Amino acid sequence: MLIELAAEEPQSPVVPVVPEIVIGLICFGVIFFVFYKKLVPSINKVLEERRAAIEGGMEKAEAVQAEARQTLESYKEQLAEARHEAARMRQEAQEQGAALIAEMREEGQRQREEIIAAGHTQIAADRKQAAELLRQDVGNLAIELAGKLVGESLEDHARQSRTIDRFLDDLERQAEGGVPAQGQGSEAGR
Amino acid sequence: MSNDQVLAFETDCHLFNDCGFPSPSEFSFLFEPLFTIGSFEVNKPMALVVLSTLIVLGFFWKAFSKPAVVPGKFQMIAEAGYEFVRRGIARETIGKKAEAYVPLLVSLFFFIWIMNIWAVIPFAQFPATSIIAYPAALALVVWSTYMTLTFKTHGFVGGIRNLCVPSGLPKGIYVILTPIEFISNIFVRPLTLTVRLFANMFAGHLLLLVFIIGTWYTLGSVVGTFYAATSLVMTLLLTLFELFIQALQAYVFTVLTATYISQALEEPH
Repeated sequence: MLIELAAEEPQSPVVPVVPEIVIGLICFGVIFFVFYKKLVPSINKVLEERRAAIEGGMEKAEAVQAEARQTLESYKEQLAEARHEAARMRQEAQEQGAALIAEMREEGQRQREEIIAAGHTQIAADRKQAAELLRQDVGNLAIELAGKLVGESLEDHARQSRTIDRFLDDLERQAEGGVPAQGQGSEAGR
Repeated sequence: MSNDQVLAFETDCHLFNDCGFPSPSEFSFLFEPLFTIGSFEVNKPMALVVLSTLIVLGFFWKAFSKPAVVPGKFQMIAEAGYEFVRRGIARETIGKKAEAYVPLLVSLFFFIWIMNIWAVIPFAQFPATSIIAYPAALALVVWSTYMTLTFKTHGFVGGIRNLCVPSGLPKGIYVILTPIEFISNIFVRPLTLTVRLFANMFAGHLLLLVFIIGTWYTLGSVVGTFYAATSLVMTLLLTLFELFIQALQAYVFTVLTATYISQALEEPH
């Protein structure tokens, strides 16, 4: 075999031969053609789809997260509002209660004063009436006593009456003026 | 298997047997036809290239023809590879307009990578890209792509300007720079693309061969066994290294392609 080849003047390894170039071109051409027409578009489509799917998923997740955040915020807001409302109501109730108590107290005070005033009036009236009665009785008694003492009936009724009245008025005047002029007729005032 | 040109007729040669080291040579890269279709002879690298095509297509067809939004394990692996080229190479280098060139770059990267990987696959053990015609074919594709793009984007004069007159330099420099840019961008680029990939894989294969043949050759005597063990360790280390280089070269080829496309699309300043 070696002899055979050697006799033929061996092909130089650095000189390309045309049939082999042609085979190389054809083989590469076939590979390129299949890649160009079918495989690269096919895989690129899928890679693009995958990218889109991943990005779509991420977008969806982001949207869900944003919604959740929004919901949480609205809940928080509502909660804060409710708290605020409750505090406001409590305050209002407190104020109302205080006002009610004050009003009641005022009313009580007023009623008490009224009752006291009514009492005073009643007492004054009673006293006045008692004084009136007392005056008549004292008059009669005095007349009776005086009649018995002098032994005669005092006929002149009108005069008697006038004398008694004057006397009593004097007494009364002494009683009223008795407080400022203490020394003078303090016994009569009592 | 990979070194059948050598091993097929030198298997009995060992150290101290009065026969020389059957070093790998350009014959290591020449193959008898496996079979013929009509009058066309199909050899092992050709078969590997066709197989690479079927593997790349089969793998990505299974993963991407009916893709799911929630990917299975298989689709996930394919997606990782695809996104590596799309983001790591295309967008990184070309920027906003990258999407249109993703099919080209993905095809290039995985086709080259699989062709390279054959170097360490048992029973194949030959990188298809160490046959210069295959890198050349791919470089030709890249060259026509970026040339077409240049003239399509900028028109004829603008295209020439884009290729030969880098902007923003003092005027005197252009006398020297324009011819250099012209040669560099139009002729050297495809050449270096080809040679870089080819030479890396060629050299890698030679290295592996040296140590594999060395392991076999030094066996047979007590002393030789130690040599053989050392050589075997080297083979394993170099296999790992080659795995790295295979991916790296596929990456470099693809990145450079992206760079050329990006330059072709660049707005004139």
